[in-house]
Amino acid sequence: MIIAEHKPMKELLAMIEGFNNILMVGCKGCVTVCNAGGSKEVAILSAALRIARRRQDKPVTIDEFTLDRQCEPEFISWLDEQVKKKKYDAIMSLACSIGPQYIAEAFETVVVLPGLNTGFMGGTIEHGIWGEFCAGCGDCVIQDFGGLCPITRCAKGLLNGPCSGSVDGKCEVNKDMDCIWELIYERMKNLGQVDRLAEMIGAKDWSTSLSGGPRKIIREDLTL
Amino acid sequence: MKAETNLQKILARGTFAVTCEINPPRGTKVDAVRENAAGFKGKVDAVNVSDNATASVRMSSWAVSKILLDAGIEPVLHMVTRDRNRIALQSDLLGASALGIQNVLCLTGDHPARGDHPEAKKVFDLDAVQWIAAVKQIRDQGTLMNGEKISGDPGFFIGAVANPFVRSLELHILRLQKKIVAGAEFIQTQPVLDMEHFKAWLNQAIAEGLTDRCPIIAGVIALKSAAIAEDLRHSVPGMMIPDSVIERLSAVPEDQQLDEGIKMCVEKIQTLRETGGVGGVHIRAPGCEEKLPEIVEKAGLLPRPDVS
Repeated sequence: MIIAEHKPMKELLAMIEGFNNILMVGCKGCVTVCNAGGSKEVAILSAALRIARRRQDKPVTIDEFTLDRQCEPEFISWLDEQVKKKKYDAIMSLACSIGPQYIAEAFETVVVLPGLNTGFMGGTIEHGIWGEFCAGCGDCVIQDFGGLCPITRCAKGLLNGPCSGSVDGKCEVNKDMDCIWELIYERMKNLGQVDRLAEMIGAKDWSTSLSGGPRKIIREDLTL
Repeated sequence: MKAETNLQKILARGTFAVTCEINPPRGTKVDAVRENAAGFKGKVDAVNVSDNATASVRMSSWAVSKILLDAGIEPVLHMVTRDRNRIALQSDLLGASALGIQNVLCLTGDHPARGDHPEAKKVFDLDAVQWIAAVKQIRDQGTLMNGEKISGDPGFFIGAVANPFVRSLELHILRLQKKIVAGAEFIQTQPVLDMEHFKAWLNQAIAEGLTDRCPIIAGVIALKSAAIAEDLRHSVPGMMIPDSVIERLSAVPEDQQLDEGIKMCVEKIQTLRETGGVGGVHIRAPGCEEKLPEIVEKAGLLPRPDVS
């Protein structure tokens, strides 16, 4: 799923400065699962902003609305009627950044604000802790690395690791971070494939990654 | 074309090689580089020029390498894959060749998070192993990584690095082997301060037949003071400085610590010289590069052989 987190209160308040009639839009997808932008978070965050603005003697109206998903334009259109009626001067989205971008496309004359910082594609490590596992390079090769991704999980993205900074099983960037190459090595040992680590992995073709600009996946069998 | 550099010839002859390293200036003043270069002449076989070491901005390695060349010193150009993608790396390699630089040391480089611009975007388009293979391809096949022919016939002597001071020896030896298979013709190690650990690594490299295929130049370091040793221990990834080293430096008054550091470095060189499988030493003296010729002399490594 996409892991996201709230922007700091100070930044959110600066962002809504001068706006008095705001719609805050949540999403029932990934950001509900990672407790960043579901209907519960919309209720808490909008209340916090209302209180903060009242304290500044600049009260603000914030309506709440949570969509099934914000990554489908069809769901965004559910906002049409309310946005038309209430004449909001800004819409704050609590989805990953796909949400505010779709909202911006749908409502040409309304300011759109991102309420979250979108982090990464990740998974739950433990309650309240999420980790990154995939960089979306567009050409998965984890089968060569015991099923673990060095592109994402090595700070240098080494395909022929580990680097010399990995001395005690930890990453040179942060000693709290495991060296993924040590974990790959352990996996390969368990699989009886250590000899595969002697094979040189050639330079990666990054043209399938974000390097080539925003990507599209087209499924001819599904297009109308 | 195989490069015939001074360093390559000395290693090929089986003579114990001596190299040292300078870190380019943070700025445009190169007086110290020129002064040091004058002192290095005839005292070392080649001088390494680091490439924004510890991910901190310094004058470009190729520019300082050219200044050394002009002063009659053979440079070893460091090239890290951290900051340049394959287009820029290949471009700079061709430029280095045109300037007469032939010894090329290929590294991945320390992560920007450890450097002086931690907000920088990392590159790492290639890793060190892939870059070694690319330099070899450009040299031996006369083609860029994309297979297109280049003009000219550049000669490179290709080096790589290894860190013996790691927990998983087998894993790191596998990577060393990959570097040699990819095209590395000499290996430089992190500074040896813990001989036991170094020997364990070296024995494994010998057992795998790696030292027969590629000379190993052991790193050594002259520590200027106990305080600097303590600082390097924390600031340089992969640098292992045992407590005993810092204790020995701390045991003498501050104004004598540099002399003690030099003495320790000289002792280490002598021990390494008697260690089978070691093809030479790579001496570093951070913050006291002007002492390098004195270290070489005290270690009894002079005169340097003339292989021209």
